[in-house]
Amino acid sequence: MSLRTTASQTVGPYLHIGLTWLVTDNLVGPDFTGEPVTIDGRITDADGKPVDDALVEIWQANARGRYDHPDDARNIPLEPGFRGFGRVPTNAAGAFRITTIKPGPVPAPGGGMQAPHINVLIFMRGMLRELRTRLYFPDEPANASDPVLARVPAQRRGTLIATPRGSGTLGWNVVLQGPDETVFFDY
Amino acid sequence: MTSRTADSEHAHVAGYRPADRGTQPEYLYPPYSSTVKRSPSQPLVLLPASLSEVTGPLFGWDVIHANDFDLTKQHAGDPIGERIVVSGRVLDANARPVADTLVEIWQANAAGRYPHPRDNHDAPTDPNFTGCGRTLTDADGRYRFVTIRPGEYPWRNHYNAWRPAHIHFSLFGRAISTRLVTQMYFPGDPLLEYDPMYTSIPDERARRRLVSEFDWETTIPEQALGYRFDIVLRGRDETPMESDLSRGGER
Repeated sequence: MSLRTTASQTVGPYLHIGLTWLVTDNLVGPDFTGEPVTIDGRITDADGKPVDDALVEIWQANARGRYDHPDDARNIPLEPGFRGFGRVPTNAAGAFRITTIKPGPVPAPGGGMQAPHINVLIFMRGMLRELRTRLYFPDEPANASDPVLARVPAQRRGTLIATPRGSGTLGWNVVLQGPDETVFFDY
Repeated sequence: MTSRTADSEHAHVAGYRPADRGTQPEYLYPPYSSTVKRSPSQPLVLLPASLSEVTGPLFGWDVIHANDFDLTKQHAGDPIGERIVVSGRVLDANARPVADTLVEIWQANAAGRYPHPRDNHDAPTDPNFTGCGRTLTDADGRYRFVTIRPGEYPWRNHYNAWRPAHIHFSLFGRAISTRLVTQMYFPGDPLLEYDPMYTSIPDERARRRLVSEFDWETTIPEQALGYRFDIVLRGRDETPMESDLSRGGER
């Protein structure tokens, strides 16, 4: 038996009422292993105008590359208290900030490993269904062999890779439309 | 004892099938004017399933408080408006219940007004109504909220534009692949056919599935009318695909 999937609709401009109770902008705890990293992001539209009413969600493995989910049954320890989920709205400047741990590599389809990455979902007014993208880390040798980056046209790969800004901070801009448009995924 | 597996055994994981053709809006739908500057112009890059896509956050009752499901009991007094019960099941496309999944809702008050700094509609706010609720589905995928019927309200998309009465829903399912934000509408609403959010859904039957049904079963005598709204998340493949490239990108 197969049922037909329910249609997506926009979160609209008043998403904060329903969704900000679960804002999680700092995933780092005192006992976690790994390298803390702060992501300073910004979302702009086709005219370069900041998107001040978006919601950004992240999902990631822990520093050892383990997802806190029963489907990841590998013999790699979880970090108690580290769920790997973050949620943050953009501010008036279209900016958002999330502090987390750099995830470890996870298995790739077909064998091998994927480079460390953070899965990102974006919701906003004017978007009838969510956007899905990934953030990759700069100066990460594994990027060169990452099978997902390999699927992306070379000239657009840079949109997925954050920029070092010093003292554990990474800059990452999401461009919804235009010449520097961020790569978005379907999965 | 839980069986532990090596990385190599996660080289192929069963993914979630794309949504059925015509059931999902495109990003660009010019009748909804805000999509014009906010929709990607490049095609999406199709990804095969890996652990990254088939996992996702799983929440428990620890994040839910006692009155979170009852939007009429979150303040000192009763909110103005018609009390309703909104309930239903969350299923996947394989017709299996999606158990223990977080359901978040938000909505306008009976006058069509949100308590939000960007809502300047000339209608009263209600000190006894925030319009925010959440719960978890049970083992059969069932959820239930008590709330008040939201009002319609104007917006500036086009001349004399009005949103039909609606409740926003946010769901996770078992994986980020199944993440869904949608809206529930009410039966017989004359505004639906003029609403570009509703008409952005290509398939007519898929549109109608966003319209809840009046339900005697859940109607509480002398208390509240019941509306049923079932939600179907994407279904999982039974077995891993050797190559996900073989399937289309239609969503």
